[in-house]
Amino acid sequence: MTEQGVRWTAEQVLALAPDAASRKAGSKLGAAGPWSGTGCAEGTVWGLCKGSGSRPYQTVVDLTGPAGPAYKCGCPSRKFPCKHALGLLLLWAGEDGLVPASAQPPDWAGEWLGGRRDRAGTGRARAEGGPGGGPADPEAARRRAERRAERVTAGATELEQRLVDLLRGGLAAAEQAGYGLWDETAARMVDAQAPGLAARVRELGAIPASGAGWPARLLEECALLHLLDQGWLRRDRLPDALAATVRSRLGLPASPEGPPVRDHWLVLAQYDRVDPKLTTRRIWLHGAESGRTPLLLSYGAAGRAPELSFPVGLALDAELTGYPGAGQSRAALGERFAAPAPAGFRPPGVTTAEASARYGEALRDDPWLESVPVTLGEVIPVPDGDRWQLADAGTDTALPLTRAARSRPGLWRLVALSGGAPVTVFGECGHHGFTPLTAWPEGPGEAVPLC
Amino acid sequence: MNGAPSGGDSTAPDSAWEELVTAALLGTDRRAPARLTPGRTAPAALLDAAAVMTVRRRAGLRPARAAQRPEPAPGDPRPALPAPAAHRLTTLLADRSGGAGSGRRGSSPDLMELLPQWLATANAHGYAAPPQALPALLDAARGRTDLRPAALAFAGPRALWLARLNADWRFALRAAPGGGAALPDAEEPEAVRRLWQEGLFAERAALLGALRARTPALGRELLASTWATERAEDRLMFLDTLRTGLSDADESFLEQALGDRSRNVRATAAELLSALPGSALAARMAVRATACVALDRTGNAPAITVEAPPECDTGMERDGVVATPPAGRGERSWWLAQLVEAAPLAGWRGRLGGRTAEEIVALPVADDWQGELHAAWCRAAVRQRDAAWSRALLGPPSAPEAGGPGAVSLAERAKLLASLEPAERAAWVAGFIATHGLSEAFQLLGVCAVPWAPPLGQAVVDALNIARDAGSYPWSFSGVMGLAERCLDPAEAVRLEALLAIPDEREDFAPGAGGYWAEAFQRLVTTLRLRAAMTRELAPPAPPTESPQAATPPAEPPRAAAQPPDAAG
Repeated sequence: MTEQGVRWTAEQVLALAPDAASRKAGSKLGAAGPWSGTGCAEGTVWGLCKGSGSRPYQTVVDLTGPAGPAYKCGCPSRKFPCKHALGLLLLWAGEDGLVPASAQPPDWAGEWLGGRRDRAGTGRARAEGGPGGGPADPEAARRRAERRAERVTAGATELEQRLVDLLRGGLAAAEQAGYGLWDETAARMVDAQAPGLAARVRELGAIPASGAGWPARLLEECALLHLLDQGWLRRDRLPDALAATVRSRLGLPASPEGPPVRDHWLVLAQYDRVDPKLTTRRIWLHGAESGRTPLLLSYGAAGRAPELSFPVGLALDAELTGYPGAGQSRAALGERFAAPAPAGFRPPGVTTAEASARYGEALRDDPWLESVPVTLGEVIPVPDGDRWQLADAGTDTALPLTRAARSRPGLWRLVALSGGAPVTVFGECGHHGFTPLTAWPEGPGEAVPLC
Repeated sequence: MNGAPSGGDSTAPDSAWEELVTAALLGTDRRAPARLTPGRTAPAALLDAAAVMTVRRRAGLRPARAAQRPEPAPGDPRPALPAPAAHRLTTLLADRSGGAGSGRRGSSPDLMELLPQWLATANAHGYAAPPQALPALLDAARGRTDLRPAALAFAGPRALWLARLNADWRFALRAAPGGGAALPDAEEPEAVRRLWQEGLFAERAALLGALRARTPALGRELLASTWATERAEDRLMFLDTLRTGLSDADESFLEQALGDRSRNVRATAAELLSALPGSALAARMAVRATACVALDRTGNAPAITVEAPPECDTGMERDGVVATPPAGRGERSWWLAQLVEAAPLAGWRGRLGGRTAEEIVALPVADDWQGELHAAWCRAAVRQRDAAWSRALLGPPSAPEAGGPGAVSLAERAKLLASLEPAERAAWVAGFIATHGLSEAFQLLGVCAVPWAPPLGQAVVDALNIARDAGSYPWSFSGVMGLAERCLDPAEAVRLEALLAIPDEREDFAPGAGGYWAEAFQRLVTTLRLRAAMTRELAPPAPPTESPQAATPPAEPPRAAAQPPDAAG
């Protein structure tokens, strides 16, 4: 593959932007004007960008890092990547030959790149030496884990009591109590170091205001919370895999284990969920040979984009290690063997009936699962009153879109891409319906992100 | 969502579940569940049962029945955009959300301003829009009406299909006559007739406009067939569409319209006829006008004398002359102006001693009639698109404003320029800028062909450079700067390189002006580069029969040479 061949597209570059303002500012810098001394080699790009001061900013991007692209820029911006890095990558992505391939980066760029590579090397060496060495004091670690388990048990017991009280008095009474009750309970669960329970409890508070049918939904969620409590309290009687699932649902720390799987991982979708304190990035991958669909998670503190970033449509040659637990798709990214390159393949698609069956089967391993990742082959977006559904081209069945998906601009990109013809759609399929995340046209064509 | 994926498709109502929900809602103190597990309290037993049923219900969800599928979008036979151009479109549309930012413009280009040019070029090449870009395109067109025609033309039939599904994009259906159905053309006379007789006003107007553009005679005949039954305001609008493709063949129809009941229709018909120098009306006006203007040879030098018409007779009124002058104007000079304006310019040569337009314009005019007479000639030259007279009335570009032989204003000069060939127009404006600078040039630059011809581009760059050296702030010239970003030939970018440096601050300069100028030039150069890249990306790929060498992009701009040699080499 030539150097030109692995260059990204403008959309892929813009997907790295931490926010809309950076996307806009970066777009403007994606032209030759302010740039000089640009070049690229082996997954790194560099250039000098003229700003408002007399000295141009030195901008370097390393696309080969183990945790996604890394950036360095002389500008004072606190955003990562900053607009200069985005502009430089856009310039590189354009086919104007404005960023020539070059054998050797200039000194100012080479220094930083060299330092990064060295650190990555020592980091890897330490990681390899790690398991043998183990934690500094295994006895202390065990005691800490025990103490935490005790607190979680206390929290789960308290929550059970609150649920029982709730059911005794009736959900109708809880509606009048409002958010306060749930917020207070959630705070208790945070104190009990069970963030998974806290998050579920907080969501319960919103259900009474969610419109018709709320008692059934509230009962469902209360029952699943009860199930989780019971799972924790009787974890010693559960199969190991299910016990690990319960631990992960409770939000207890886990580390990836098992043999790493090397594959060409196609980036299916990447989207962020932004909370006031934390941005959570979810990246779905699809293995060309393994056929698996793992999930990478990456976190960013408030206002910062999570570090991991992979534009949709590229494929990584890398090793992934799964997290423990039955029915868990989460994985950790291990060693990467090459810079991400445009993928020439698509995930195989299934029918709507197979997709919902797949969700049903997945619940067997993890009853708390909201949705499973599925690629639907040959489906047509169809308006159904004020809702939308994805209908099989061949049969008369369809999956309704979730309420959230109906209000996103991505819905219209999907409808436009289809034009009434079948398309391939990747998304999350669950009891709320289907959330489309990425689509491919009927004929040849690139992946179109919908989220 | 309660059984969402199954929609209304679920099997028999799940009475056991309903029972649990009722018990939960009321509380187990009021309603205990039917079956109690030994050793469990009622609420715990209820939660146990609900957990099992919840997972069972979720696991048992089945797809719903598909709703009525939409008709597939009509096909778009146009070729797809080259990949780089499609990516460029994404970046141009990504800038849309920003809107008009306040404050100064900085050194980066205004991408939204480049979208019209991008769309025009893409449309000229006849590309189809990438389907996934249609929502952003429609949103852009929704916010900016000036973008709509080009954006909708580029968006093509699928955008109209999409607009029917989303109320936000209804405007697209209104803009496209017949809700997007293709207009019938001359080969389908029956469809044309039916649409003309049954269509809405907008559809009929669009049909007439389309016919006049291709087969003017057919359009006229169609209009004539229903002329007597149209309402007055519709007659006026339809008559106006005859401007397109106007020719001597329309004369008899227009002549007939001079007898129309509506005064506005009469006036429009007369105006159209006067634009046909061979028409009978033009001849009648020529007779009336030449009766008023004569050559006086009695003095030392020949001069023009004017004798304004003494009355406005019914014949003049029928030919579109408005009898009542606007407030503050003498009625005789008002009539004279209308006669001269409507008379064919070619007639003056014979009347005024075989002189050319230049010579006529140079003649002195007796009794302060010059302003009135020259202004009328200007309007006649614009209406008849007469290049020779326009040139004569414009005078040399170096003449001061309103000081040309025609003593015409900048607005009139801009209109006269439109009658000249693009190259001559550009050369004249270049000369104007070289003499008068940029402060008056905005209106004139607006009528020049894009991209600006080399002499004009050179003149603008030189004038900007002079303005900078004069020490003022660049935003005094922001209008011209904005135009230059959109209209300057991208090849000029090389010439501008030298202006990018921040000049040394001088005492007589406005503080910081040098930096702002460097920034403004930076933006100009960047925008020009971007436009060059846009044009290159939109060029159709070379046909595969050519040799590989020939297929490489031929016109890599000169800046490629400015890049440092490859470090490996």
